[in-house]
Amino acid sequence: MILSVDELCFLYKNREVLSKIAFSIDRGEVVAILGPNGVGKTTLLKCLNRILRPKSGVVNLDGEDLCQLDLMDIARRVGYVPQRVETGRLTAFDAVLLGRRPHIGWDVTGHDLRIVDAVFHRLSMDHLRLSYIDEMSGGELQKIAIARALVQEPKILLLDEPTSSLDLKNQVEILSTIVQVVRQHNIAAVMTMHDLNQAFRYADRFIFLKAGHIYAHGGREVVTADVIEEVYGLPVIIGEIAGVRCVIPEGGAGMPEKHAASPGEQKSDAYV
Amino acid sequence: MHFADGTVPADYLGYVRRKYLWVLGGLVLLFFLLIISISVGAVSIPPSDVFLSIVNGSIDRITALLQPGASMDEPGNWDRIIWNIRLPQALAAIVAGVGLSVAGVAMQSILRNPLGSPFTLGISNAGAFGAAVSVIVLGTGQMQSTVASAVTLNNPYLTTVVAFAFCLLATAVILLISRIRGASPEVMVLAGVALSSLFTAGTMFLQYFADDTQLAAVVFWTFGDVGRINWEELGVMAFVVAGACIFFLANRWNYNSIDAGDETAKGLGVNVERVRNIGMIVAALVSAVIVSFLGVIGFVGLVCPHMVRRVIGDDQRYLIPGSCVMGGLLLLASDTVARLIVAPYVLPVAVLTAFMGAPVFIYLLIRGYRR
Repeated sequence: MILSVDELCFLYKNREVLSKIAFSIDRGEVVAILGPNGVGKTTLLKCLNRILRPKSGVVNLDGEDLCQLDLMDIARRVGYVPQRVETGRLTAFDAVLLGRRPHIGWDVTGHDLRIVDAVFHRLSMDHLRLSYIDEMSGGELQKIAIARALVQEPKILLLDEPTSSLDLKNQVEILSTIVQVVRQHNIAAVMTMHDLNQAFRYADRFIFLKAGHIYAHGGREVVTADVIEEVYGLPVIIGEIAGVRCVIPEGGAGMPEKHAASPGEQKSDAYV
Repeated sequence: MHFADGTVPADYLGYVRRKYLWVLGGLVLLFFLLIISISVGAVSIPPSDVFLSIVNGSIDRITALLQPGASMDEPGNWDRIIWNIRLPQALAAIVAGVGLSVAGVAMQSILRNPLGSPFTLGISNAGAFGAAVSVIVLGTGQMQSTVASAVTLNNPYLTTVVAFAFCLLATAVILLISRIRGASPEVMVLAGVALSSLFTAGTMFLQYFADDTQLAAVVFWTFGDVGRINWEELGVMAFVVAGACIFFLANRWNYNSIDAGDETAKGLGVNVERVRNIGMIVAALVSAVIVSFLGVIGFVGLVCPHMVRRVIGDDQRYLIPGSCVMGGLLLLASDTVARLIVAPYVLPVAVLTAFMGAPVFIYLLIRGYRR
């Protein structure tokens, strides 16, 4: 077990946004936090590295209580990739080098530069090193943000909707990279996601949030049509395409006649 | 997790070296401009003699400091012109340019706003209002017609102190408002713009009821001028500016982090609110010292950082030293031209900074970034 959260509560202007959140994560695991907009997914993520200060509760990372550490100590242990990444006139190498901020004193050392170089190599971005980030595409920028979090040498990665603004190819690339890095370095990743299909494919475990509580939590077995309907308030069909589980929202415009109102789980060969 | 298999990439080191070479080149240029600036004027002094006088004069003064009894050589006419008039003025231009520019670059970063500068945030206008209060209400202004400067203030120290107090007041109000609203950069910028207008209106109000001599004194004070400073004041200003430069340089990684977004910065362990508040205080302090000694000098703080951005990019490691050098260059060049353009009359440098800087800046905006 690398991260355990217990009895975590968060208040925003005296309104309880998260209450009694408890879960734990093992090394090598990728965890997806799922739930509708505004349910507190990002808030939960930010409570895990104290960007937001929880009202109460314990966040224990690898045997250390995060509440006892200062922000710089936490940044040496937890890498964070926010939803929005600002650009500027600086090179990709410098943008990633910034991730060494928690480790550097007055200036960067050769050690810092070597780590950044290794991460560029690891993410197959060597050719981008001296490109300016304000001339980059959304996918490249997202990779830079992930690389920046990796050079922090974290024990756990927190990612806030890492694929929300990316095209299909970039989504697959980014998520595959995250999974590979987590497995290879035996760390863990927690990411908030909207795309249930991507979550199924890449995450090992799932946390469904509803009204500030954990509604369901566990491996693939917890992802059922009932849970998703309860959490998102929309009936879905869960099927399998080429051995990968898929979710399709039911009803509404654009559905073929015969599925327009059929409930429950079924094989969906019709969509292959 | 560990990444041990990397090497230090040579192309990146070359890139870093080029950035520092730009800054170094600027410093060399600044040195030559200093010599030229001192050599030209109503009495023209050959640059080599300027150099020798500065070197010998410095050695004499240091010796005099170490051995109080030692006799100094009788200074020549050129030495007097250089050491009493032109050198302090040129150094004041450099120090003020460095200070305003470094305050501007820091404000642009911590406020996440390209319009951040001592001028936009109302600090300069607060100083001008303070000077107006001092001259008109406290009666510290008086006309004295001379060729060198058309007006003098009969109690310049009180004017300086009151101007300084109002600069700090403006800063305190901005910080107070931002404290209530959680140090948001938008609130700071808007509060600064509102204060700026308020103080401008206040100055106009006072001017409306002032008599001719007071009005002239206020207007004269408002035109920032590096010629009005003496060695002691220069020392104070240089001390504050040097301290601010070291402070901002020490924070360059924090500012780089904030430039990448508040959330990224927080994820990197930066206490964004504290860095923002302390940075604002230091930037305001250095601006306040310069404004209260020299008057309002706009444009330098806003534009020098942007000029440097166009050439060496947004990385604060190079941007902060680059902006310092550029600020010194722009203000010294402006002051030199101001002394020559309508000789024997001397224009206040504030009139020239925008004349000199705006065309260069517009050119850089059109040309875009340097590859």
